Amino acid sequence: MNEKTALMKMIKKYDFALYELNLYLDTHPKCMNALACFKKYQDLRGKAVEEYTQKYGPITADQTDTSQGWGWVNEPWPWQRESDV
Amino acid sequence: MWKYEKKLQYPVNIKRPNARLAQVIVSQLGGPDGELAAALRYLNQRYTSPYSSVTGILTDIGTEELAHVEIISTIIYQLTKDLSIDEIKKSGFDKYFVDHTLGVYPVSAAGVPFTAAYFQSKGDPITDLTENMAAEQKARTTYDNILRLADDPDVKDAIRFLRQREIVHFQRFGEGLRIVQDNLDAKNFYAFNPAFDKKCRKNINRRH
Repeated sequence: MNEKTALMKMIKKYDFALYELNLYLDTHPKCMNALACFKKYQDLRGKAVEEYTQKYGPITADQTDTSQGWGWVNEPWPWQRESDV
Repeated sequence: MWKYEKKLQYPVNIKRPNARLAQVIVSQLGGPDGELAAALRYLNQRYTSPYSSVTGILTDIGTEELAHVEIISTIIYQLTKDLSIDEIKKSGFDKYFVDHTLGVYPVSAAGVPFTAAYFQSKGDPITDLTENMAAEQKARTTYDNILRLADDPDVKDAIRFLRQREIVHFQRFGEGLRIVQDNLDAKNFYAFNPAFDKKCRKNINRRH
C-alpha cells in the first residue's frame, strides 16, 4: 500500500469512528466519554485531511488548490477499481 | 445541504466481474429493502419529527444511507465492468443489459424499477420509527441472503460491513423510539400524535 492509500485509509477510519460516535451522541447527547472520544477523532481527522489535501489533492471540491489547476477532476473517482486507476 | 466527499465510506475493490452476482446485489440499490429506499425514508421523515434527537438520528442515518447507495453502486459497477457479450448472455444479465447497457440503475433483483412505494413517511414518530426498525432488519436479512449467494471474498467483505451497519441503525432507531415514548403519556402512547396534535405540544421537550 502506498503512502497516499495508507493516509486515505486512516482518514476513512477516523471518519468511521466519528460517524459511529455521531449516531451514538444523537441519542446520548450527555455522554462525556463519547464527547471526549469525538474530540479526539476530530483532531486526528483534521490533521490527516490537511496532510492529504496538501499532498494529493481535494476530498471535497472546496479544498481545491486553484494554483494547481482544477485538481477535483484529475484524481480518480472512488468507484474505480484499483487496477484501473 | 450536502457536500460530496470523494471517497467511499468503506473500500470496494472487486477484481473478478460476476454479472450473476450483480443481478442479485442490485436489489440493495433499487429493491424493496435497499439503501435508496432507506435514505429517502429517513430523509423524508425527519421534517415533522417533534424531538431534536430523533431528527438528528433521521438526518444522520439518512445521510449514511446515501454513502451506502454509493458502496452498492460501486459493487455493481465493478462486478459488471469489462464483461464480454458472451458472459452477458450466459449469466442472464442480458435482460438488464438491453435496457441499461452497463449503466447503474435502481431495480430489484427481479427487475422491478425502484418506487417510492417501498417506504413510508407517516407523520407519526412511533409509526415511522417502528417502520425504520423493521426496514433495518429486512435489509439485514437481505444482506444475510446475499452472503449465502456470494462466493467472492472481495464482495463479501463490503457486504459484511453494510450488514453490520443495519444492526447499529436498528439499535439507534430503537433508542429514538424510547425517547419518543419517554416524552408521551406512559399510560397511553397513542393518545396523541406528537407530530400533529397541538394539545400534546406543550409537553414536548424540544431539546430531547
